[in-house]
Amino acid sequence: MWHELFLIPFLTGLLLAVLLPVLGAYLRLREEWLAALAYAHLAAGGALLGLIGSLPPAIGGVGAAVLAGVGKRLFAARLSGGAGYALMLLGGWAVAVLVAANHPLAERLGHAMFDGQLYFADAAMLQLVVAGTAIGLLVLWRLSQQLLLAHLYPDFFRIRGLSAWPTQLGFDVLAALSLALATMSLGVMGAFALVFIPPWLAFRRAASWRAGICWSLVIGLAAYLLAFSLALYFDQPFGPMLAIVLVFFGVLIA
Amino acid sequence: MMPLLALDDVVAGWQQPATTAVKLTLSAREIVGLTGPNGVGKSTLLAAVAGRARVFSGAIRRAPEVSIALQTQDVPPVDGLPLTGRELLAMTGADGKGLPPWLLDRLDTRLDRLSGGQRHYLALSAVLDTPADLVLLDEPTNNLDRAGVAHLTRHLRELAESGRAILVVSHDAAFVDAVCDRVIKLEPCDVA
Repeated sequence: MWHELFLIPFLTGLLLAVLLPVLGAYLRLREEWLAALAYAHLAAGGALLGLIGSLPPAIGGVGAAVLAGVGKRLFAARLSGGAGYALMLLGGWAVAVLVAANHPLAERLGHAMFDGQLYFADAAMLQLVVAGTAIGLLVLWRLSQQLLLAHLYPDFFRIRGLSAWPTQLGFDVLAALSLALATMSLGVMGAFALVFIPPWLAFRRAASWRAGICWSLVIGLAAYLLAFSLALYFDQPFGPMLAIVLVFFGVLIA
Repeated sequence: MMPLLALDDVVAGWQQPATTAVKLTLSAREIVGLTGPNGVGKSTLLAAVAGRARVFSGAIRRAPEVSIALQTQDVPPVDGLPLTGRELLAMTGADGKGLPPWLLDRLDTRLDRLSGGQRHYLALSAVLDTPADLVLLDEPTNNLDRAGVAHLTRHLRELAESGRAILVVSHDAAFVDAVCDRVIKLEPCDVA
């Protein structure tokens, strides 16, 4: 397993298994967990579009998701109640499937992203994920208090003459960027499972916010390690294996 | 003494005017109550002072650099969140000195596992005990039992004596009489 062939995918997934559950905790706080699924589908569509446009798929995926993150903030007032995420999800899925159906290269990449073929992750992807995880965790640490305040006391920023939009926009872009990176390696549903299930379980039992973040992290890492071992042992695609392990954890704990 | 807040014949509302013209001043160390029957626009007027509602006529003047704390009737949405009272207070920079003794040993309990009254008092304390010159309170006695109201009354008087200016909207006549230096009664606004 420690051969480079497996080590690079393992490290790529491991870093994402640290970032995504923490990000998921803040998405759950904001009741925006559907955003994870929306950004993941958009990243898949963007990656495939990038591929047929002779761009690196990662650039296409990250670009589409980040544009959606910025656009979502601009249209927040008109697309309330999760409508924006539903539109993104459907649009991303439709583009991805149509591009894959009409282009042989895109078909192969599309399958990899929807199956969650972590083993295709290469050194370039690992470098992107190292940078993305470091930036993501740093930004979340800096924004944590403002995100909590914006949710619990929405007037806090206005009455103190502060602007809330840098926090909101910063978080939206971070979520889009993280999900795009994760989709490229863990797959659409693998990324969504790591964002959704660990914080969902952690929030039910944790005694405090800090404990909630720690439990999200522990559950995400444990599920990842188990899923990676099982997928390798049984020679199965990683994404579905991760989802099954997390669903099992979910049923067991909930 | 220069007032921290002055309302000059302010008519406030959302889509349309919801109050009559209101004139008031509020200085440091003073507690002013806004009362009146339901629908006269007490909360709307408070929202206008906080910059949320629209001012149709008149003017709201705040002293330069005045810092404001606002408590609304909306309960912070904490259901399903693993958040303790201690974390909530730390988040807003509240020192928690005004907490009643019966809440001190509940500070490390999740907010969604507290009673409605305990949760309300903690949410209130997270606003009241932050560094602010002007405190705006909208129905602060909602959900509080008699002991909670009595404690809140004493704490508001202490805050006023320490230099705060406090504007309170309340329909609780006994509370308003006990805590306020002055009371302004709003009259219904006849909207054509």
